[in-house]
Amino acid sequence: MDRGRFSSNSLGRRLLLQLLLVAAVLSALLYLAVRSVANQAAIAAHDNILGASATAIAEQLSASEGEVLIDIPYSAFSMLGAISEDRVFYRIDSDRTTITGYEDLPLPREVNARTAPQYYSSRFRDSDIRAVALERLITVDNLPVSVIIAVAQTRRGQDAITARVANTAAALGIGFFLVAGFMSWLATRSTVRPLHDVAGAIGRRGAHDLRDLKSPIPSELAPLVNSLNGFIARLRDALHRNETFMAEAAHHVRTPLATVRTQAEIALRQAETDESRKTLRSVIRAVDESSRSATQLLDHAMISYRSDQLARESFNYSELTADVIRGLIATAELKDLHIVSDIDTDLQYNGDKVLIECALHNMVDNAIKYSSDESRVDIRLNPVGGKIQFQVCDKGRGLGGSVQRDLTVRFKRGLNVSDVVGSGLGLTTVELVAQVHNGKFELVSRSGGGTCATLTL
Amino acid sequence: MRFLLVEDNTDLANSVSARLRLDGHAVDWAPDLRAADACLAGASYDLILLDITLPDGDGRDFLAKHRAMNRDTPVIVMTARNAVSDRVKLLDSGADDYVTKPFDFSELEARCRAVLRRRGGSARNVINFGGMEFDALAARITIGEKVRELRNRELRLLEILLSNPRSIYSKAQLCDRLFSYTEEPSENAIEVYVGRLRKKIEGCSARIETVRGVGYRITDA
Repeated sequence: MDRGRFSSNSLGRRLLLQLLLVAAVLSALLYLAVRSVANQAAIAAHDNILGASATAIAEQLSASEGEVLIDIPYSAFSMLGAISEDRVFYRIDSDRTTITGYEDLPLPREVNARTAPQYYSSRFRDSDIRAVALERLITVDNLPVSVIIAVAQTRRGQDAITARVANTAAALGIGFFLVAGFMSWLATRSTVRPLHDVAGAIGRRGAHDLRDLKSPIPSELAPLVNSLNGFIARLRDALHRNETFMAEAAHHVRTPLATVRTQAEIALRQAETDESRKTLRSVIRAVDESSRSATQLLDHAMISYRSDQLARESFNYSELTADVIRGLIATAELKDLHIVSDIDTDLQYNGDKVLIECALHNMVDNAIKYSSDESRVDIRLNPVGGKIQFQVCDKGRGLGGSVQRDLTVRFKRGLNVSDVVGSGLGLTTVELVAQVHNGKFELVSRSGGGTCATLTL
Repeated sequence: MRFLLVEDNTDLANSVSARLRLDGHAVDWAPDLRAADACLAGASYDLILLDITLPDGDGRDFLAKHRAMNRDTPVIVMTARNAVSDRVKLLDSGADDYVTKPFDFSELEARCRAVLRRRGGSARNVINFGGMEFDALAARITIGEKVRELRNRELRLLEILLSNPRSIYSKAQLCDRLFSYTEEPSENAIEVYVGRLRKKIEGCSARIETVRGVGYRITDA
C-alpha cells in the first residue's frame, strides 16, 4: 500500500514534489530577503557611526592666523572602535592639500558642502573599506576655505556581521523549508486519502459484491466514482443477463428431457416385451446421464471460475451439512440406506459457502450412489486440530483398485463403476474445492468393503 | 393425493399428469400463475408442483406470495437449474423441497412423502385391506394391536400391489418401479423383498401370492 502511495506515477508524489518546489523557492527568497535587509541595516548603522565620527572631527575645525586648525577628538575614533577591531583611516584636506592623515585615502569624485555627507565603499591598502566624506567651509582671513574630512574603516567586522546574519538567514530558510515540507506531506496525505479510501473500499470487496460505492467522497472524486458505479451497474446487468440466459437455456433443454423421461417411464409401465423394456430403460439412463453431466459440467465451470476469487465468509458448517443431508435423504431412502450423521453443533469457520456446499453434496451423493442397498452411510463433521473435517464412509463397492489420483482427474471414472451413471467430474470438483481452501481430500478403501472420503479444510 | 401442477410446457404437463394418475393421484394443471391462483382459490391440494420459469412471472415470486398469505400447502419446486447457489436459494425462498428436471418419479414420490411427513401428515391416506391398516406416509402397517414399520422398498412394493389388488405384477414390472434405472438389479432381489413383506403382513387375511411364471399379486381371500 505505501509503495503504491507515492509510486513514480502517483498523484500524491506529484503533488508533494510541487509543494516542496514551492517551499524551496519561498525558502530561498526568504533567505535572500533576510540577508539583504540585515545587510542594509548593518551598513546603515555603520554609516551612521562613520558620519558621526566625521561630524565630530568637523566640529573641531577652526581658523587662526590665516590657517586651518584641527584638534581631532579621541571620541571620534573610539566610537568606531565600538563596532569592531577594524582599522580606521582618516584624511583631512584643506584647499586640496592633505593637512593630516593618509593622503592616498580615496575620496569620492565630488564632495559638496551643501550636500549631506557622502558614504562610499572602496579598497585601500588591500582591504575593503567603508568611508564617509564631507566638506566644510571655514573662513580664513575673510575667505572661505574648503576643508574635506574623510573617515574610513576596514570592513572585516562588517563582513563578520554579514556572515552571521547570512547564517541565521540560511538556518531560517532551512527551518522554513522543513516545516513547509512536513506540512506539504501532511496535506498531500490527506488530499490523497479519499482516493485510497475508495480503492480500499473496492479492494476489500468480495468477488461477487456488485453494489454501488456509497462512502462519502470529495466532490472532485465524484466523476470517477460515478463512472465506476456506472461500470459496476453495467457489469451487474451483464452478469444478470448472463444468469437469466443460463436459466432460460437450462429450462429449454431440461424441460423436453423431463418430458422424454416421463413418457419413457409411462411407456415402461405398459411395456409388453422384454426388448421394449430394455430399450426404454436405456432411454431413461441416457436422459439421466446427460442431465447429470450437464449439472456437473456447470458446477465444475462455476467452481473453476469462483476458485480464482474466493468469496470467503464465516458460516455455520453444521447447518450447511444438515441442509446437504436433508436434500439427499429422499434419494438415500429409495435404496433403503441408513444415514447416520454425527455432526458437532455450531461449527463456525471461514470458507466459500457455495464451493463447500458443492463439495459436501458431491461427497454424500457419491456415497449414496455407490452404496449397496440397505447399507449404512456414516457422515461425520468434527473439528480436528484447528481444522474442520468432513468424512463420509459408505459400505459400497470400494475403490476397486483405482487410486485416488486417477479418480480426481477430469472425466476419469473408477474401474468398477461402469454400471452406475456418472460424469467423472464429482470428485474432481471436491479435489479442486480442497485445493483452493488449502485443504486436503482423501479417499481410502475400508477394510471389509466400502470407501471413506475425508475432506479437511 | 391431490396435486396442483404449475407448468407452462404442455407436453411435460401432460406426461407428468398422466404419470401421476397412473399411481392413482388426482392432478389439476395450471399453465401459468394466474391459473394457479384460480385453482388454489377453488380447491385444496395436498401438494403443489411448481415450475420456476413461467410465462406470467417467476415461480419464486409466487412462492413468496403463497407463504406471505399463510397458505400451508407444501410446495415442491421443479427446477431446470441445479447450480449449487440455486439449491441454497430455493430452500431459502420457502420451497419445501425441489427436484431437478428431468426427475425420477420414485424420487419425486419419496420427496412428496418426506415433505408431507415433515408437515405433520395432513394428507394421511390409510388403506384398509384384508384386516391390515396401511399408512403409507408413516410407513407402517397395523394388524390388530401390532404395528410394524416398513422400509422404503417394502413400502413401495406394498403400495404397488395395493394400488390394484388381485392384479398380477410381473417381476420385471416390480423391478422397474423399485430400483433405479441406473442400476441393473437381478430379479432375485424382488423375491427378497416379497419374502420380507410376506413376513410383515403375517397375521391378517391379506396374502402375497406367487403366480408361477407370471409374477405376484396381493389377495385377501
